[in-house]
Amino acid sequence: MKRLICLALAVLLLILFAVPAFADESVEVTDESYYTKFQGQNLSISVYNWGEYISDGSDDTVDVNAAFEKLTGIKVLYTTFATNEELYAKIKSGGASYDIIIPSDYMVARMINEELIQPLDFANIPNARFLDEEYLYTDFDPEGAYSVPYTWGTVGIIYNTQYVDEEDTHSWDLLWDERYMGEILMFSNPRDSFAIALKRLGYSMNSTSEEQLRDACESLKDQKPLVQAYVMDEIFDKMEGEEAMIAPYYAGDAIIMADENPNLAFSIPDEGTNRFIDSICIPANAKQKEAAEMYINFLCEPQIAAANIDFIGYSTPNLAAYELLDEDMRQNSIAYPDQTVLQNTEAFVFLPAGISTLMDKLWTEILSNDESYSKWTIPAFLLVGIFFSIAINVRRMVQKKKESLL
Amino acid sequence: MKWLSKTYIWVIMLFLYAPIGVLIFFSFNQSKSRSNFTGFTLDWYTRLFHNDLILQSLLNTLIVALVSSVIATVIGTAAAVGLNSMKKWKKSLIMNITYLPIVNPEIVIGVSFMLLFVLAQGLLGRINLGFEFGYGTLILAHVTFNLPYVILNVLPKMRQMDKYVYEAALDLGCPPVKAFFRVVLPEIMPGILSGFLMAFTYSLDDFVISYFVSGASSQTLPITIYSMTRRKVSPEINAISAIIFVVVLLVLLLVNFHGAHKERVSRREGGLA
Amino acid sequence: MKTKYSSLFTLPYLLWSLIFIIVPMGLVVVFAFTTDSGQFTLDYVSQVGEYTNVLVRSVWLAAIATVICLVIGYPLAFIMSRMPGFQQQTMLMLIMLPMWMNFLLRTYAWMTILEKNGLLNKLLGFIGLGPFDMINTQGAVVLGMVYNYLPFMILPLYSIMTKIDSRTIEAAQDLGANTKNVFLRIVIPMSLPGISTGITMVFVPSVSTFIISRMLGGGGNLLIGDLIDLQFLGNAYNPHLGSAISLVLMVLILLCMSLLNQFNGDEEREGMLL
Repeated sequence: MKRLICLALAVLLLILFAVPAFADESVEVTDESYYTKFQGQNLSISVYNWGEYISDGSDDTVDVNAAFEKLTGIKVLYTTFATNEELYAKIKSGGASYDIIIPSDYMVARMINEELIQPLDFANIPNARFLDEEYLYTDFDPEGAYSVPYTWGTVGIIYNTQYVDEEDTHSWDLLWDERYMGEILMFSNPRDSFAIALKRLGYSMNSTSEEQLRDACESLKDQKPLVQAYVMDEIFDKMEGEEAMIAPYYAGDAIIMADENPNLAFSIPDEGTNRFIDSICIPANAKQKEAAEMYINFLCEPQIAAANIDFIGYSTPNLAAYELLDEDMRQNSIAYPDQTVLQNTEAFVFLPAGISTLMDKLWTEILSNDESYSKWTIPAFLLVGIFFSIAINVRRMVQKKKESLL
Repeated sequence: MKWLSKTYIWVIMLFLYAPIGVLIFFSFNQSKSRSNFTGFTLDWYTRLFHNDLILQSLLNTLIVALVSSVIATVIGTAAAVGLNSMKKWKKSLIMNITYLPIVNPEIVIGVSFMLLFVLAQGLLGRINLGFEFGYGTLILAHVTFNLPYVILNVLPKMRQMDKYVYEAALDLGCPPVKAFFRVVLPEIMPGILSGFLMAFTYSLDDFVISYFVSGASSQTLPITIYSMTRRKVSPEINAISAIIFVVVLLVLLLVNFHGAHKERVSRREGGLA
Repeated sequence: MKTKYSSLFTLPYLLWSLIFIIVPMGLVVVFAFTTDSGQFTLDYVSQVGEYTNVLVRSVWLAAIATVICLVIGYPLAFIMSRMPGFQQQTMLMLIMLPMWMNFLLRTYAWMTILEKNGLLNKLLGFIGLGPFDMINTQGAVVLGMVYNYLPFMILPLYSIMTKIDSRTIEAAQDLGANTKNVFLRIVIPMSLPGISTGITMVFVPSVSTFIISRMLGGGGNLLIGDLIDLQFLGNAYNPHLGSAISLVLMVLILLCMSLLNQFNGDEEREGMLL
């Protein structure tokens, strides 16, 4: 047995060490001396990002994290999340501490409000000069003190041109169209889903009216039988593999998906949609603030920002990076729609605590809604169970007594 | 009747192994598709071995599993030794506590650990002893759910042991500590080993509890696999499955043949005697 | 080994289980009954009532999965227990092997099979059937549970059946009992403890799972586990409500188990809960 364990461990270790070191990344940066500050100090920062949201070296792209490690000597611990709410729960519970997080606009506002993120020292982020001011000073962070924009984009409908009539794609009603029952995917996060439902009903997606939210909730419940699944990044796979025909998602991802499957197209409904900004922030309990700012600065390097944008397909707020993009990407109307479309968009703003709690609650209700039972079902079940349990035991005791009397 | 039961077994084996077979088969697929086989390649395996995230989490998993199962084995064995000589009511009280982590749903255990660690973080943070979720919390949690398996494996061996052997050793002037290591320990070693192995494998495989207590720097392999299943599909997942399957198969085969060999040897010896 | 100090050996363990088993469980109870500011409240526990449909669905699906496991596993365990020694070992290994693979991967495998353009639909297409909507349904969730937890049913059944002496069965047959009677009067009553262990070992993880429903159920079929996950690491961050749901889940399971144990008879129950 002992030999066996040794053997197993040896095999595993062999696997581990047989792997050659794989980081031969060098990139051009604006000011190389800036990055030498922490060289040789063996620091590490933990980065919590969306899935598929950084150029990771697959398919001959730049491995951004490896390049940063090589340049600065700071190790990057990289993990991913799928929704803003998931990120919020992780930060709020305080379990793990991260140095870099990338929430979207409304979540940045919420985190500023709850003091979960801290102001940045822009002296350490000289590359912020490359950023478009429109995205640096925003409604959710008016002074631009807490966040540095990473990407922006719009939400629209991705559909399969083989099955869906282009005519139908100009309205959010498509997602409620019974002809496509079972072919529709939907966001699995409350804010995006409610935004669509609210817009479709002609309300603002930042509505703070309880009544309007309940209307939206009802319409999402009506939609549920038509929905195949509630997903986030699983959407790539399902749309590319033609498992589903219609899905609302982010513009940049639509470009990536259309690359893989040319049958896919993207449309922004006429009712208007959401324009989002995903920003880089540093949590209040970060351990390595300065190193984190160095990382932010690195992400703002035109070369790096362009490589990331190339990989994730979203739109860049970095003007210098924009100039480095391919001509057809710069002209791409999905990533950079013209002003008339952009005028009809709305950005998410911070919702008062009561409203966002209500939204979360209604969302859980939508996902769990199917049949309805009286709320006394479970207590009644418990009582019956306890009664049976006691009855059986009493009967057994009585029997035993009888036996012993015999 | 015989063919009926044979087909029945085959059908169940098909049910159990078809999904795994499919996974492994598509790890050699050239395209990313999960259902169209376009050509043979080993690309996904080389990619897998160049994926730092996966290698790091494999290392994390091994560290956590090894450390936690060693700690659990030491504490659990000591507990089993002590339990064996306890009064009946005390013993059954403790055994009830021991069963708790086994019968409780994993998610409830995970959640309760998260509550405990967050609370401890707050309290200890106040006296400047703050800690993060990471190896520490993972190992503490893993030791806890591993302990019952060690105890349940060692306790029967303790019960079977002839206690007079130990007393005889003492009578012959052996000091208690030495007697324990020389007499008791070898006797219960098989129990300890199988407890350790069980703890180790449970620890390697655990997802739900780790999911609630892992931190930024300590993702274990199951957690990494989980986040991979939530993204764009990559046949790297299939490649991991294939490797894990082969490793497990080898280990089990070795254990089995080892066991069969031992059995044969002992039978032969028995025959000779 | 009855020395004065031997019970001291259990001390580290007792301390450990106090801190890491009793205290966390206590915390769940405390959180379920308090607000953020630490005041006593019954709000959260009564809020659980709003999710009755989720609770009922979880219990229902888990119960179906358990019954299917029992129906599939029982004959297999019996066949196995009557095999010659070496074959028994091999079978045992074959059944345990998939269990050693990570359950996320096993569940993921079913995703690829059940998809609309997946393998099963392709196979069915060859014989002119389908395509069927299989993934993202409750049926897929039940299938996932059965697949993942079937070995948990087979193993306890098998180990109890190896203890049934073949001679007992032969004796019954000699005395004129037919196959039906042999099963009803001998095999089943003697394997009752295995049945109840098997049911517990399948039912408990099934009723509390949250990955299977997410991967195979399409996110629209929430189970209790998903609900708890949502409160702790998901959209609706609220550990108090999460604790209340966990508490209800625990009570539910303890009750089911105590009911089950009633059928176990009066056999030795050393240390068994309830």
